[in-house]
Amino acid sequence: MRADDVDDDDDLPDRRATLARLARASVPWISIGVLLLAWELCVRGFRIPDYLLPAPSEVWSQTWALKAAVAGHTLATLKTIAFGFGLAVAISLPLAVLVTSSPAVAATVYPVLVLVQSVPKVALAPVLVVALGANEMPRIVVTFLVCFFPLVISVAAGLLSVPSEYIELCRSCRASRWRELVRVRMPCAVPFLFSGLKVAITLSVVGAVVGEFVAADEGLGYLIQSSTAFFKTPLAFGAIVILALIGIVLFQAVVAIERAFFPWSVSDERFRD
Amino acid sequence: MIRLQGISQVFRSRDGARVAALDDVDLSVASEQFACIVGPSGCGKSTLLRLVAGLIAPTRGTIEVGGRRVDGPREDVGIVFQKPTLFPWASVLENVLMPLKLMGRPTASHRQRAMDLLEMVGLGGFETRLPGELSGGMQQRAAICRALIHDPPILLMDEPFGALDALTREEMTLELLSIWQERRKTIVFVTHSITEAVLLADKVVVMSARPGRIVSDLDVALPRPRSFAQEGLPEFQAVAASVRASIFSRRKGGADAR
Repeated sequence: MRADDVDDDDDLPDRRATLARLARASVPWISIGVLLLAWELCVRGFRIPDYLLPAPSEVWSQTWALKAAVAGHTLATLKTIAFGFGLAVAISLPLAVLVTSSPAVAATVYPVLVLVQSVPKVALAPVLVVALGANEMPRIVVTFLVCFFPLVISVAAGLLSVPSEYIELCRSCRASRWRELVRVRMPCAVPFLFSGLKVAITLSVVGAVVGEFVAADEGLGYLIQSSTAFFKTPLAFGAIVILALIGIVLFQAVVAIERAFFPWSVSDERFRD
Repeated sequence: MIRLQGISQVFRSRDGARVAALDDVDLSVASEQFACIVGPSGCGKSTLLRLVAGLIAPTRGTIEVGGRRVDGPREDVGIVFQKPTLFPWASVLENVLMPLKLMGRPTASHRQRAMDLLEMVGLGGFETRLPGELSGGMQQRAAICRALIHDPPILLMDEPFGALDALTREEMTLELLSIWQERRKTIVFVTHSITEAVLLADKVVVMSARPGRIVSDLDVALPRPRSFAQEGLPEFQAVAASVRASIFSRRKGGADAR
């Protein structure tokens, strides 16, 4: 009996904590729900026409009605994001290593990077279509260009952020530059890499849509353009909502990967003192 | 074992001015001797350690370790920094083995040795933990194990207990004494604390700041093994007083000269 009592005592605060956590987690959902409800009521109450501002229910029903087509467009956009983002990761990591390898290389490469970054990608997109043809390449390249710069900068900053004691330890062990890079600099850059990835994954969604606006026959950006052209505003809203969901899910995926594989990077002691 | 002759070290500060960190320093530390360097901030204590480690080259003068001139980083030296500087991504055991990995030596044969070292400093059972899960004192113990893993004859310690709280600091001081008792090494230990210096050292080297010079070189003849109980003894107080006197007399003299 006594053991049970103790168990109950232990359980109670636990249960209370779980309830409190549930309550806290439900707050954002409740506020979104209230917002949607207010939106719905406003549109119906003031009789706002669909093509100006569709009610959430209308957005849902029209998007759902075309679910197969919408799914196809979503897949196309996801593909662009995946290739563009993947390309950015594959190119920016070695580039960051190269930039940080010596001051001379940095002085050569940095101005070019800044120049590329200073060009508005939206302005570049039509030119890319001319150069690369009306296929998916210009979209992938725009996505790549939008998200690779923050990646290079953050990884390079990470590789250079190594505390001087770590470097002294490497030098006192007469570690080669390669060993210093792999054993010390790269792990040190992981938290920076992930802050870069979080920025880049969000930007990659923007990049993909920009690319699709300029030249595409599929994708959510194309869906928005084509449906607004025919005043099918609810469908455009549906595509926007899906884009927002893609952004959120991909961002959270990056966060989850960091938590799962680099837990030490998430709550990093080094930034406390 | 360690011999510095006529060492001067000049750094160029950011605005281009020349700053003399060390000026004509002569110092010798015998084999298996425990030397403490005491002095105010900016007296070049850390620079001195880095010179002995071969991490920096002196502007003038020569450094010999074990009869051979130091001209670069050396593997027969273990370094303990003020902060533990363990790698947050590697387990305690991996951290202790890190110098071997950086040297490109196999680590499998040293695993047991690393475990023994951790056991010795009371970290048995913490091998698989990440440094972030350990307290500051435990991290510094692991850092000492890391410095000892390749069994270097020389241990360079740069205010290793400076970042710890007073109680942990005393505990670690005794810990270090017992480690040294067990595995004799030549230790150069930089500290701000006169008590710590007198308690640990065979000889206390007092330095002055700007430029860093050696003011006095005192032998500590207190019996070993030492303990904090000795702090109350007149012999201990006498040594501590003369260390203190040489630090502060020099400081006053410097101010007058200016």
